[in-house]
Amino acid sequence: MISQLVSSVGVVIAGVFFCALYYWLSDRLLQLIFPVRDGDVRTASLNLNRRASVRPWLFLGPALLLLAVYLVYPVVATFILSFYDRSGTTYVGAANYLWAVNDAQFRQAIFNNVLWLAVVPAACTFLGLVIAVMTDRIWWGNIAKSLIFMPMAISFVGASVIWKFVYEYRGGKEAQIGLLNAIVQFFGGDPQVWISMPFWNNFFLMAILIWIQTGFAMVILSAALRGIPEETVEAAVIDGANGWQIFWKIMVPQIWGTIAVVWTTITILVLKVFDIVLTMTNGQWNTMVLANLMFDWMFRGGGDSGRSAVIALVIMAAVTPIMIWNIRQASNQGGGR
Amino acid sequence: MTALASLRRIGLPRLVVHLSVLLICLLWLVPTFGILVTSFREPQQIASSGWWTALTGSSQTMAVRLADGVAARQDGTNYVISGSVFEAGQGGKVQAFGTKVTAPSDYKASEPADLGEGETLTINEDGSYTYTKNAPFEAGRGKRVYLTVGTPPAFTTQNYETVLTSQGIGQAFVNSLTVAIPSTIIPILIAAFAAYALSWMEFPGRALILAMVVGLMVVPLQMSLIPLLKMYNEVGALFGVPSRSYAGVWLAHSAFGMPLAIYLLRNYIAGLPKEIIESARVDGASDFEIFLKIVLPLSFPALASFSIFQFLWTWNDLLVAMVFLGTGKDQLVLTGALNALLGSQGGKWEILTASAFITILVPIAVFFALQRYLVRGLLTGSVKGG
Repeated sequence: MISQLVSSVGVVIAGVFFCALYYWLSDRLLQLIFPVRDGDVRTASLNLNRRASVRPWLFLGPALLLLAVYLVYPVVATFILSFYDRSGTTYVGAANYLWAVNDAQFRQAIFNNVLWLAVVPAACTFLGLVIAVMTDRIWWGNIAKSLIFMPMAISFVGASVIWKFVYEYRGGKEAQIGLLNAIVQFFGGDPQVWISMPFWNNFFLMAILIWIQTGFAMVILSAALRGIPEETVEAAVIDGANGWQIFWKIMVPQIWGTIAVVWTTITILVLKVFDIVLTMTNGQWNTMVLANLMFDWMFRGGGDSGRSAVIALVIMAAVTPIMIWNIRQASNQGGGR
Repeated sequence: MTALASLRRIGLPRLVVHLSVLLICLLWLVPTFGILVTSFREPQQIASSGWWTALTGSSQTMAVRLADGVAARQDGTNYVISGSVFEAGQGGKVQAFGTKVTAPSDYKASEPADLGEGETLTINEDGSYTYTKNAPFEAGRGKRVYLTVGTPPAFTTQNYETVLTSQGIGQAFVNSLTVAIPSTIIPILIAAFAAYALSWMEFPGRALILAMVVGLMVVPLQMSLIPLLKMYNEVGALFGVPSRSYAGVWLAHSAFGMPLAIYLLRNYIAGLPKEIIESARVDGASDFEIFLKIVLPLSFPALASFSIFQFLWTWNDLLVAMVFLGTGKDQLVLTGALNALLGSQGGKWEILTASAFITILVPIAVFFALQRYLVRGLLTGSVKGG
């Protein structure tokens, strides 16, 4: 065990050392290839220019290589694989896409993903906004924020165990040890097996992600709320607006941009949700979502790369509009620097 | 005064706000607190009562037989049987008792209960009893009574010992560290050099690369898995090395974190004062020196932000580890081990809660220690990005 940790730290040191060595050596090499000597002014300035045009690519090289191998190439390869059979050797045209359209489980996953998309980003943003406004008005607000933000540090698997325990059901006359069932029983209801209740169980899984992500929405919206110019609210107060009107008509419109960012960020996260469904139900009882179906097909019966590529592409297609929007926003800003 | 301060003067009554926030905080904390408490309880208690009763102790109903009638001694006109309902060494506190299974807690402990037919039974809290009758007892089997016995709150660290040693969580903890540490540190240097080039060097295609980085930030991991798995298998077969290894995971994590790293660092480095960098250039410093001696030290807050993100993400990741790491003892990470336990130890909450708590301990410590940088990173990553 200890030797494993030592080797891990060794890898860090070696990794950092070799990275640094690469940048240093490549810079040296550049200076050797394009020397700048006294005397020949024309060659010197030419070589300086040459260095300046090569150096950015030396700096960018390793990063671009990683991005190309691990992100750009796979996107293209996945697209191509979606037209091939399960082992990726025989071209099958649109067969995988036709399979997807006709597969009941795939349609179930699409339906559930849409459900998740409709509920989770909206719930997180709304709760985050409400909590941000409330915690800004009390003296212990920062402590409250910390506590609500904390689940962000917890892994999805850990959060699933936490909530599985809340949803725990005990049959027969045994005492209910799950908090939710105990509360239901306290108010005179009958304990339920929450995670195998068709349709509604999706919402019990969503609650976990909402629990994790509300803190994120709260932190960002809180910062945006603090950035609202005070004059706008003062003017509204003078005009006789009440708190409710000020909130909805003065403050919210000014932070629409931030709300959109929070909403889209959580939307992307929801599209990729995997761990929660895997650990809570593994897609049983009609809770399958795309990411889990994709993972399932990657290994089911030795793996079917064609079908799982199609499912991955559906997730990618859903992300694409947000991606384009992000790139536009970023390049509008980048031009300003 | 801020806009919020102005709103404060006219809004809802303060008390409502305090109470609502308190309620929300409780709602957010209670589930985690539940597994913390449970992880320190004894398996039997976990199964028989809710964790919220842990501090008050739990009570359970049990049936015992009093001593046989032949053991009775005469006391004036009465016949008395006495003894203890507990066996030697058995602890607990009798809270109530009864003589019928349908009403096992009819009578309070320590108070004499009139059972009719001239019989009186007193059971004390410590389990000692006196059973009196104004006529001789019949010989034969002793009387059956039902007891409500309270067990005092008992906590144990046994669950942690069990999971750390026999359930392999200790090894998984080390494996998680083995994955997370290099995956956090190696990408930083690579991303920082790239971010510097994208901020302070002029070259054709810079805007295009920036746009690509922003785009790649949201590409779902699912798009990468299949081709990379094939690639790893081929590389493994080609060089005769295992296709699932730590090296593969380190590289994968470094690459998947790269777009965010470049974006965060680029935002920060581009915002450094122009004068510092230009005056260094005038003094004849090369880009390499400027980066190492000026930009890198100044970028510490951004580097810290990214490291925290990357550490939390690699520590908490399940998908990448499941695909690119083996499931053997020396490669299973904490999240994977916890997922496996959910399958194999389904109802054993003492094992699940203790394991879960070990899993979330490190990220929570990081979170509370470095929250400042985390928030700053989130704000540059999101607010500016929109």
